Amino acid sequence: MKFQIDSSPHLPPVNDVSRLMRQVLLALLPGIAVASWYFGWGVLINLVVATLLAVGFEALILAIRRRPVVPVISDYSAVVTAWLLVLALPPLAPWWLLTIGVFFAIVVAKQLYGGLGYNPFNPAMVGYVVLLISFPATMTNWMAPTTLADFHLGLSDALRVTFTGEFPPGLDWDAITAATPLDTVRSGLRLGESISEMQDQIPFGLLAGEGWEWISIAFLLGGLWLLWKGIIDWQVPVGLLAALGLLSAVFSLYDPEYFSSPLYQLLGGGAMLGAFFIATDPVSGSTTPLGRLLFGIGVGTITFVIRSWGGYPDGIAFGVLLMNMAAPMIDEYTRPRVYGER
Amino acid sequence: MTLHKLGHFHGGLHLDDHKAESTGQPIEPQPPGKELVLPLRQHIGHDAEAVVKPGDRVGKGQLIAQPFGDISAAIHAPTSGTVVAIEGRPFPHPSGLPVESIVIAADGEDRWAQGLPAPVADFRNLSAPELTQRIREAGIVGLGGAAFPTDAKLRIDKNSISTLVINGAECEPWITCDDMLMREQASGIVSGIAILQHILRPMETLIGIEDNKPEAIEAMRQALATARLDNTEVVVIPTLYPSGGEKQLIKILTGKEVPSGGLPLQIGVVCQNVGTTFAIFEAIVEGKPLIERVVTVTGDGVQQPHNLRLRIGTPISAAIAAAGGYVEGVAELLIGGPMMGVALPSDEVPLIKSANCILASTPANLRRHDAHPCIRCGECATVCPAQLLPQQLYWYARAKDHDKAEDHHLFDCIECGCCDYVCPSHIPLVQYYRHAKGEIRHLRKEKEKADRARIRHQLREERLAREKAERAARLAAKKAALEKKKAAKQDAGDTPDPKKDAIAAALERAKARKAALQQEKAGKTAQESNESP
Ligand code: SF4
Ligand code: SF4
Repeated sequence: MKFQIDSSPHLPPVNDVSRLMRQVLLALLPGIAVASWYFGWGVLINLVVATLLAVGFEALILAIRRRPVVPVISDYSAVVTAWLLVLALPPLAPWWLLTIGVFFAIVVAKQLYGGLGYNPFNPAMVGYVVLLISFPATMTNWMAPTTLADFHLGLSDALRVTFTGEFPPGLDWDAITAATPLDTVRSGLRLGESISEMQDQIPFGLLAGEGWEWISIAFLLGGLWLLWKGIIDWQVPVGLLAALGLLSAVFSLYDPEYFSSPLYQLLGGGAMLGAFFIATDPVSGSTTPLGRLLFGIGVGTITFVIRSWGGYPDGIAFGVLLMNMAAPMIDEYTRPRVYGER
Repeated sequence: MTLHKLGHFHGGLHLDDHKAESTGQPIEPQPPGKELVLPLRQHIGHDAEAVVKPGDRVGKGQLIAQPFGDISAAIHAPTSGTVVAIEGRPFPHPSGLPVESIVIAADGEDRWAQGLPAPVADFRNLSAPELTQRIREAGIVGLGGAAFPTDAKLRIDKNSISTLVINGAECEPWITCDDMLMREQASGIVSGIAILQHILRPMETLIGIEDNKPEAIEAMRQALATARLDNTEVVVIPTLYPSGGEKQLIKILTGKEVPSGGLPLQIGVVCQNVGTTFAIFEAIVEGKPLIERVVTVTGDGVQQPHNLRLRIGTPISAAIAAAGGYVEGVAELLIGGPMMGVALPSDEVPLIKSANCILASTPANLRRHDAHPCIRCGECATVCPAQLLPQQLYWYARAKDHDKAEDHHLFDCIECGCCDYVCPSHIPLVQYYRHAKGEIRHLRKEKEKADRARIRHQLREERLAREKAERAARLAAKKAALEKKKAAKQDAGDTPDPKKDAIAAALERAKARKAALQQEKAGKTAQESNESP
């Protein structure tokens, strides 16, 4: 009898990129649910729009590059990128902002470098930073959490805002936006207020900002699930959160009126999303175990520095992109000892 | 029972072991078939040299090919019959390329040959070199799959071995031949261990068995208790692929690591598989050369998976038939287990000494061919038992950056397949490594060849130059002599003085002798410096 020949190992694989990506999406759901609860329909509309854009752009580029479209689209990596970008953007971001962001993420940062696996930078963060630098005003149009708002935007209202920029009668941007917790602290400090003074005036919530704290905790839970499933390793999230937490602990002990507490740092912004979902992107990150720890520590440190002394309210994106640049070097210097090597 | 402190190796996989499929039935001995094919290359090292010719009648166990060089193995007739051909025959390898083989037509009598070495009543009466020689004459090679000539592992300095490791881990899924052999032939294996101890004089002997083989563990413990071997112990190790890899097992049992690129001997360890140990027992105590072995015929592609005792040289197709034949839709045939086995294009190839398992699979158990780009997830590095960075190796192998690949320890890769199995992008990593290793070895050989040719060329040039110089010197000497003669004639014309003439001639002779001596010396040193570059 004749048989076809193949190379070892002769077993069906246990893992699958597409399944990994779908599990990441699943792990994002709790955070998305809480975010929608606090910020309304805008979040979901953005997710749908960005998903369609991301898949559309990717299919287009693949067709132009004459690559098979379906196998690549079905790896779900474009969807993950789209969702991560959306979760970093204001909930009522206009459609053109999404389009530009997704374009830079998928077309420029990912496909122009050769597609999944070849991109040196985290695509979602490239999209985010391009938007932050080009449209700083639009990017700070965060709305107040619904629990504090004296307005209500239904699905059709939210759709109208996203696609036409028009608000229902009696409402406008000024009426509905509110600074994010990190923004509040930043501008407060600029005006010479101390942390304790601000704490009395603004919606600090239970731990770190009304709404934000629960969104962060939901992302934390999703992240822990990914850890438990073995989809991400502990090194990046632990390194990132430990660095951010320890630095803010030391500095807030030293000057509690100028530096906010570790809890506020960890739960008041994008730290959890960043630690478990963004900085863990394997393609653009470090790949050795020690390298990943260093990568996480680097992102955490840069984030703290930018938040404390930089020109932007949050620093996760810059931290990730800067560490992306360092990743190949980190890998080179953190090669593990080989069996039998002295 | 002492508790042995276990070491552990990095990574590894928990796999479905599929052992139960083939352990329900005792090992079934099989009669020899009609035609047996014995490739002269079925071990690591030099091919054996045929010592029979077509037409010769041979008895069972008769030497038909002798080892050539230090690392080589003898081959014996698995049954009685006639040598019908010595020719290239398909070999159990993916390429299906032929290998020079001795073909024996069985006469059906299965009659032992005359004059085989007698069984040894008490091996303790033989010296280590004598025993090693008998093992060599019995054609024994590593039966765990490596097929390294066993005697070559035993020719060592006295007192250099601290630990003898007996490998009964059998970590690959589906394979159960060692398990069944330990269950059924524990006392024979233990006798084999005693022989190895007599040869190697280790301080301790550790028998490593994975904890998914309770019957084998029990049988071995009982046999040990009966035989009362000193400092010998069954160590139960956790089931984790590839704990049966030589380097991994040594790490688990002794906590020591075999140096990168080195041998276990360098850390005072010798490792032998239980099947090999049993073959040693049979060779010494029963006087039987290696002409049969236990083979697991299994997989979801055969009707009745179980273990068979088969003559070396039996066609794989006959082994499958003995296991009830294929199931409908069988798609792949392997020698070895699913993780490290090699695929065969056809079942019309002979069983060779290293074949511990014949595995037939249906499409449900095949690897997939839908590779995506590497996403640098690092899963491969997490499971790599050699602590390599398989992902980097893959990039370098793909880019044919051989220096970088070697720098990342390509040659420490044991091709266990762990990285490949977990890769979410389904990249055929092991295939890349094997290819890169082959290419590097090929280039090295080419370079060696080129170096040798260059040195040969240099020597030739130097020899030619020397010859030319010598010719020139001879010519000059002749010319000088001629001229002198002429001058002497002229002198004779003036004032003939024979006495003066004689003195001058003697002086000339002495000078010439001295010059010749010097010449010779110079030539010699030139030659010497050539020979030791
Ligand atoms: S497991 Fe596969 S995809 Fe992941 S890093 Fe290794 S080679 Fe790349
Ligand atoms: S095949 Fe080689 S690189 Fe892959 S896990 Fe095994 S030893 Fe490591």
